[in-house]
Amino acid sequence: MPMPRFAVIASVAVAVCAACTAQPVAPDAVPARASFDPALIAKGAQLATIGNCQACHTAEGGRSFAGGRALESPYGTFYTSNITPDPDTGIGRWSEQAFARALREGVDREGRHLYPAFPYEYFTRLTDEDIHALYAYIATREPVRAENRPHELSAPFNSRALVGAWKALYFKPSPFQPDPARDAQWNRGAYLVNGLGHCSACHSPRNSLGAEKKDQLFSGGDAEGWHGPALNARSPAPVPWTADQLFKYLRTGLDDAHAIAAGPMEPVVRNLARAPEEDVRAMAAYLAALAGPPSAERLKKADAALAQAKTVSRANGRGAEVYAGACAACHDRGREAGSGGALPLALGTATTLPTSANLLRIALEGIAPPDGEPGRAMPGFADALTDGQVRDLAAYIRSEFGRASAWTDVDEELKKIREERK
Amino acid sequence: MISLNVNGKTEELDADPATPLLYVLRDQLQLNGAKFGCGLGQCGACTVLVDGRAVFSCVTPVSTLEGRRVTTLEGLGTPEKPGRAQRAFIAEQAAQCGYCIPGMIMQAQALLERTPNPTSAEIRKHMSGNLCRCGTHMRILRAVERAAREP
Repeated sequence: MPMPRFAVIASVAVAVCAACTAQPVAPDAVPARASFDPALIAKGAQLATIGNCQACHTAEGGRSFAGGRALESPYGTFYTSNITPDPDTGIGRWSEQAFARALREGVDREGRHLYPAFPYEYFTRLTDEDIHALYAYIATREPVRAENRPHELSAPFNSRALVGAWKALYFKPSPFQPDPARDAQWNRGAYLVNGLGHCSACHSPRNSLGAEKKDQLFSGGDAEGWHGPALNARSPAPVPWTADQLFKYLRTGLDDAHAIAAGPMEPVVRNLARAPEEDVRAMAAYLAALAGPPSAERLKKADAALAQAKTVSRANGRGAEVYAGACAACHDRGREAGSGGALPLALGTATTLPTSANLLRIALEGIAPPDGEPGRAMPGFADALTDGQVRDLAAYIRSEFGRASAWTDVDEELKKIREERK
Repeated sequence: MISLNVNGKTEELDADPATPLLYVLRDQLQLNGAKFGCGLGQCGACTVLVDGRAVFSCVTPVSTLEGRRVTTLEGLGTPEKPGRAQRAFIAEQAAQCGYCIPGMIMQAQALLERTPNPTSAEIRKHMSGNLCRCGTHMRILRAVERAAREP
């Protein structure tokens, strides 16, 4: 009988882990605010928006950067760490050298391996100047005393030695390599998307040990119960994205021909709204180039979707009845006065994905901005619809608007969402 | 024909299956407590309970309600004998124009049925989908707190 894969990895870990521990960096109080150039702090603040640092390192309703946000994964729950400059519970004793090493090599100040839930696989590409600015920004945040909550991981993933083995197998610290054959905007976009932006963390598939499948980069991935759609030529968007549309979406969270940002993408666009405009344009240009020019067949399908988006849906059956009564008032154009304010589902990517997860989450939980912030809202239907009605609705939407074969994961995803809501 | 259980009474209705519950309540059953505000599930004026949970009746097709329990404002009490959420809203004089208040009361009722002693943060979060344009929010919050306190 073959050894289970994690057992192989665990034995490799034991064998090599002596070689992969790191030395601590001597504790050193972060410099006082006055020692940083305000322009450098401002640059760091803008970079931090692209890195989405605050979204992960802030618990719901918690103090900024004080950590404690739960990240669900197949290996258990990670709790993000306190990265405020509190000397005892945060990173107030981290020199810039220790900070840079964490970003580039995934090792904390004390020399312990960090789990790759912290995206150092991508941050390893950061330039010295950008790390310098990020350090200035983080070091000058308000210190918050908040003990880090230990991760709750299942064996064998709760072993830090295993992280060392994982890194030996899958992680190579490497700076960003510009492509001289491409223009400056593409290279800037590539640097931001693959470095600080760590887009691939959610938009690429991973193997059973959570490592990116390098031959399928940007082919779509899963994160926090959501599917991150493919961003390469396999993009499931009914209408191919242009660079301008990507820019608008990344900047505002909404593009009329595609989507409204939801789930883990919501804080990303909220942050990018505050990033430098030319940087977001560069990311959009890079992503548009990644997908490449659409084929003639894809454009024909896009025309059909755009035409369908202008019509009132007509179909019989239980799912169609639920759609007509619960969804159409907003999602169908021209059904009644005032209808059609929301995205026509013929253009929605959630209907064409390989999984029903995103559609079900939006239908059940709705879309809402964080407490106290303005933004677009869709009511959730978790309490209005029974499981049977949600199944009928999902089947109808998949065939009518997604124009694809039926989902096979609806029961499983539905059960997961209902459990979370209990 | 569609069979609906509203405020404990069975009603047989002739309606298109996709008809929003709100229209049936107001136009066929003369239950005018739930209000038409936006018709898009954005304001909460039409809130009723389905199996004890708050739903927006303007975007709930009537066909989805067979075999389920619908409770409207009229089901909570009468002018002579108001229910506890209704009493609390009256005591706090939480209405200005009053249009949103039936939805607010139903939303509060849904909260109290599941969470008898909510914190003020829980109240705010739970009530956040219901809008009041007059601005009596502070009185509404006090009314919900009173309803929790005075069963």
